[in-house]
Amino acid sequence: MNKRTFITLVVAAVTAVSFGASAQTNEPIKIGSVLSVTGPAAFLGDPELKTLQLYVERINAQGGVLGRKLELIQYDDGGDANKANNFTKRLLESDKVDLIIGGTTTGSTMAMAPLVDKAGVPFISLAGGVVIIEPVKKWVFKTPHTDRMAAEKVFADMKKRGITKVALLSETSGFGQSGRKETQAVASKYGIEIIADETYGPKDTDVTAQLTKIKNTPGVQAVFIFGLGQGPAIVSKNYAQLGIKLPQYQSHGVASDEYLKLAGGSAEGVRLPSPALLVANVLQANDAQKTIVVGYDKAYKDRYKEDPSTFGGYALDALMLAVDAIKRAGSGDREKVRAALEQTKGYVGTTGTFNMSPTDHMGLDLTAFRMLEVKNGNWAFVQ
Amino acid sequence: MLAQFLQFLFSGVTIGATYALAALGFSIIYNASGVINFAQGEFIMLGGMSAVFLIGAGIPLPLAILLAVAIAGLAGLLVEKLAIEPAKNAEVVTLIIITIGASLFIRGLVQVFLGKGTHALPPFSGDTPIALLGATILPQSLWVIGVTVVVVIALGWFFGRTLLGKAMLATSHNKLAANLVGINTRMILLLSFGLAAALGAIGGIIVAPITYTSYDAGVLLGLKGFVAAVLGGLGSGVGAIVGGLVLGIAEAMTAGYISSAYKDAMPFVLILLVLFFLPRGLFGAKLTERV
Repeated sequence: MNKRTFITLVVAAVTAVSFGASAQTNEPIKIGSVLSVTGPAAFLGDPELKTLQLYVERINAQGGVLGRKLELIQYDDGGDANKANNFTKRLLESDKVDLIIGGTTTGSTMAMAPLVDKAGVPFISLAGGVVIIEPVKKWVFKTPHTDRMAAEKVFADMKKRGITKVALLSETSGFGQSGRKETQAVASKYGIEIIADETYGPKDTDVTAQLTKIKNTPGVQAVFIFGLGQGPAIVSKNYAQLGIKLPQYQSHGVASDEYLKLAGGSAEGVRLPSPALLVANVLQANDAQKTIVVGYDKAYKDRYKEDPSTFGGYALDALMLAVDAIKRAGSGDREKVRAALEQTKGYVGTTGTFNMSPTDHMGLDLTAFRMLEVKNGNWAFVQ
Repeated sequence: MLAQFLQFLFSGVTIGATYALAALGFSIIYNASGVINFAQGEFIMLGGMSAVFLIGAGIPLPLAILLAVAIAGLAGLLVEKLAIEPAKNAEVVTLIIITIGASLFIRGLVQVFLGKGTHALPPFSGDTPIALLGATILPQSLWVIGVTVVVVIALGWFFGRTLLGKAMLATSHNKLAANLVGINTRMILLLSFGLAAALGAIGGIIVAPITYTSYDAGVLLGLKGFVAAVLGGLGSGVGAIVGGLVLGIAEAMTAGYISSAYKDAMPFVLILLVLFFLPRGLFGAKLTERV
């Protein structure tokens, strides 16, 4: 290397550094995300990613946050917790992100949490498990409801109807088994006794045997089904086939129009806890969530020509909570953003109203769920 | 007590009949080639999914069913022509691995082009359960059982009374000898794939109103069908039917009388028992090895 090139390089380097310093405030805010866009949890991760992309674009089109653009750096873990861990390392070490959204599943989130906690980067998970926020981890937040809340909402409704003895029918999937555990844990709080405890496989095509057993258990006043996807629709169908007249409760896992389509007439009278998004168009005009839920519903449909899901809503809430915190913090400084996130009060999202605190990194209460009943093939509010 | 038992039995027979149809498909191809076709589950799924989408396109149910069976049959022929035949001199194990590849390919195609959603087919004759001695059964279950019986009788006639069927049987007994008496064994193999796929599709269509269907519905049905085929004795038609029914009823009874948690272990317990005591399956051909 001759002297001249060396000088040019030094000059270039110095210019770069000084430019870098002065341009600091206009650099984009880097939001990292690790989602399960493919693989078994794709039905969760796919709408989450679409939502993030859509809203990052919209925010940037409106001038960004604090005059800085948002930059989304996205990795797909395919539902594999090991990959989630590796991608998180990459986000922290080479992409140097300011904030992380993601962990579609509880497994992925738990694989990411220790890394972000150590690196000190605000992290908002999109997974349901209670373990994510209990015990509270300094840097870890989450937006979805927990399965425990779903169980509590259902039990509260049962209590109102004077039901004290119930049968539980849960799916042998991760979702169903975690739900079963939480259901058993909170039952006594509502004076409810679980007197029959049956399970079914996520791909089972017939559950009449389990339901017959429940039907023949003396004293059962209602049946609570905890599952996801097609299984609960088959349960409802078999329920009608056997002519069981007991009140039927489902979990938030089937809060989708697909359930109505699959179960058809047999879904009549079924009750379940659901986020507001599912019933966006029937919400009262004065409902606090009406504006955001209808706005998201429209924006998503316009862009992707398909119905938004509650899962995409979790991602929207995570992104908007982060933007809100960055605005209140007045900078992208990690510690300040984290502190601002923790002080979130009365933030209305698609999932519910968030009131975070140092001891509650989710900030939702039972009002985030609406109790719905299927009436005439459509959702209706339970008064 | 009786009502409860009957309810479990109905549930078991309905599921068992679908396993039996899947098992028949395994047996037909096994007979013609010695290959266990792991794409059989995909043929079942293809039948159900095609029917759903044809109906969605406005085609009336009976025509949609015929077309769906034809589509799956064609898929079966293509799998044989494009994947199995080019490797005709390969060992059986290689061919089995090829069928696994074919199954992944079909599942992937359906996932990409027809989506990942779950779909329901309308029941053929209403949704009103029929009460019988205190137990209930769906009209669609009767369709499943009835169609299975018809298929079994038709297959019996085909293999026992037609020249083509006899040629297939002959090939299964001794391929070389069949070849020597002028049977085109390559054609027989092609036909067996088409037949197995069409059979699978029939099964997939008649159960779709009860079990729903999705791009991955074939995985489990294929596996259970395979277990049923082994249980009854690979290659035996009667064995496939009995194996399927035994499996379905055992699952339902386990869920009903023991615990639903053990239901899915039942097929594997059964298969272990059968392999210990009757290694050729319940109705398997007695093999005499000449030394």
